[in-house]
Amino acid sequence: MSPPRAPAPDEAPSGSLDPGGSRPPARATRLALYTRMLEMRGFEKRAYDLFLSGLVKGTSHLGLGQEAIAAAFGTAMREDDYTFATYRGHNHALARGVPMTPVMGELMGRACGLMAGKGGSMHLTSVEHHMMGSYAIIGAHLTIANGAAWSAKARGSGQVAVCFFGDGTTNIGAFHEALNFAAVYELPVVFVCENNLWMEYTPIASVTAVARPAADRASAYGLEPVVLDGNDPDVMHAAAVAALGRARSGAGPSLLEALTYRHGGHSRADPGKYRSDEELSYWLGRDPVPAYRARLVAEGVEEAEIAAIEQQVAAAVDEATEAAKASGPPSLDLVEKDVFADGGASWRR
Amino acid sequence: MAEMTYRDAVAAGIAQEMARDDSVVLFGEDVGAAGGVFKATVGLLEKFGPTRVVDTPISEQAILGAAMGAAMTGMRPIAEVMFSDFFAVCWDIVANEIAKTRYMTNGQVSLPLVIRSGNGGGSRFGAQHSQSIENWAMAVPGLKVVAPSTPRDVIGLLAAAVRDPDPVLFFEHKSLYATKGEVGQGEICDELGRAVVVREGDDVTIVALAQMVPRALHAAEELARDGIEAAVVDLRSLVPLDMTTVAASVRATGHLVTVEENPRLCGWGAELSSIVAEELLFDLDGPVVRVTTPHVPLPAADALEDAALPSPERIADGARRALA
Ligand SMILES: Cc1ncc(C[n+]2csc(CCOP(=O)(O)OP(=O)(O)O)c2C)c(N)n1
Repeated sequence: MSPPRAPAPDEAPSGSLDPGGSRPPARATRLALYTRMLEMRGFEKRAYDLFLSGLVKGTSHLGLGQEAIAAAFGTAMREDDYTFATYRGHNHALARGVPMTPVMGELMGRACGLMAGKGGSMHLTSVEHHMMGSYAIIGAHLTIANGAAWSAKARGSGQVAVCFFGDGTTNIGAFHEALNFAAVYELPVVFVCENNLWMEYTPIASVTAVARPAADRASAYGLEPVVLDGNDPDVMHAAAVAALGRARSGAGPSLLEALTYRHGGHSRADPGKYRSDEELSYWLGRDPVPAYRARLVAEGVEEAEIAAIEQQVAAAVDEATEAAKASGPPSLDLVEKDVFADGGASWRR
Repeated sequence: MAEMTYRDAVAAGIAQEMARDDSVVLFGEDVGAAGGVFKATVGLLEKFGPTRVVDTPISEQAILGAAMGAAMTGMRPIAEVMFSDFFAVCWDIVANEIAKTRYMTNGQVSLPLVIRSGNGGGSRFGAQHSQSIENWAMAVPGLKVVAPSTPRDVIGLLAAAVRDPDPVLFFEHKSLYATKGEVGQGEICDELGRAVVVREGDDVTIVALAQMVPRALHAAEELARDGIEAAVVDLRSLVPLDMTTVAASVRATGHLVTVEENPRLCGWGAELSSIVAEELLFDLDGPVVRVTTPHVPLPAADALEDAALPSPERIADGARRALA
């Protein structure tokens, strides 16, 4: 039996969101979207080079190809809205304005790391930027995002929690518990499924009862099914604005399914050879970064303005790399720090 | 002073803290309108309203995840897991998320939350509704673990748990809910990590927790009839572990018996024994004896369950072996 084929993004979706007309975002917003995507692309390409040269240890999961989704939300969110991401979370941290140097330092296990090396690539957290964590056990963080949304609602703060996860996550129990919980209490939370068609090495379509792993489950929780072109920053931005607005107005959660593709393997160790050349070239042809650049130029943004942004971002990536390399290893007393709120690890008196 | 049941003390302790601090909220299955399956949260919905006392779906992961997300954003949630056996379906949230987040984030995230749960045997509920799982909790770095034995301590330790900046697993013993004890007037708040010597004695130290405390006291009465005076220490919390109080008693008596309701392997008594072996060997005048439930799931029939759980007779026998 051949596995069911995942529908391509331009095939008729199971449902769709009308983000309130097709008016493109303002010029400044579009430049911000492009800048954010470039930062992510530049940062992660550098991170990949640093694995190859042995400076990034352990594992790491890149979002190369999926940048439009994190960039769109990062640009549309209020400064105090909460982000909950997965182990594939570098882009989501950068999207909230977390500086590159501590993120690079965390990947390299240096003292300047975002968590001084105690979390690693899969757990990027910056409370100061309302980046409330990157979680590495599939499904758990959907329930945690609910708690932040619940607290925002109880405090009347108007904040929204946005929770990103992959297509494979739609088949674990916590996904279903979290969606029901969010819907029952009308929580201000936006669930964003980044459907990149693959879990680790298995296509989502071959192990899922429905064609659209997130959208086709939405009606079970009284939510609209929404399928979006996750590689189009303008589409994603409009959808983000609509879903954030809905949450902030008290109308409750949304579940968005954004179709996208990871250009590389699942993680550092994976060359991604299980994918057909045809599939890969189809999606490389839909790379959001050059496509968006071409759109901006076609719609009148000066080549020189774009080139200046590109130079600036490239310099920032170089600077972060050098700063992280210059930072030493974390102080060894951190091993027994911050298990408990008293700052230590003592369990007895 | 007034007499109060252990179950009413739970509601009184929660009410004391909810009245004191608006950020304290309670959620769990049947905790609101029904007042809890053990009737330990009766009256709280009426007193504090449905936005602070919330009945949830049967979704243990969603309940504890929500507690965590709320705690990291300014609330002080109390979540209930109805039977402690059900921690097995949400252990990811407890052990991977709640316990590790402060450490992994280099201290950025605080999780001031309490997870209450009905723990322990003696109710003839069978193997999936009777476990004592305090040793699961104790094995995970980052959790505090509390288990009161009296109504007064329920209030004092619950208040301390709610005010604590770290996540606390608060084990209420199901077989103690109907027991009564004296509770003083006014606010009660203890400190976590303080064991209490509940009976003085010079001959042997018996350390116990939760339901095993009244059983140890009963055993001590039996031993006294034979002229053996046992000191009984109520540990009250496993993390922090009050070795100071335990060590002082062991130095004085020279003999230690631990009484655990959990199955034998890797129970807290083993940790206590190893600490005593490392640090107090030359204060001992005999072997350390562990009295535990055998390493079995708990059977349902009353005769079988009674034979499995440490009884006052088995505890007294343990003390005699320690002294032999
Ligand atoms: C509970 C759990 N099971 C399995 C894994 C191992 N694992 C890590 S990522 C992954 C694939 C997840 O796929 P998806 O949700 O589509 O996200 P993506 O990696 O594509 O972003 C798996 C199986 C895990 N981390 N947690």
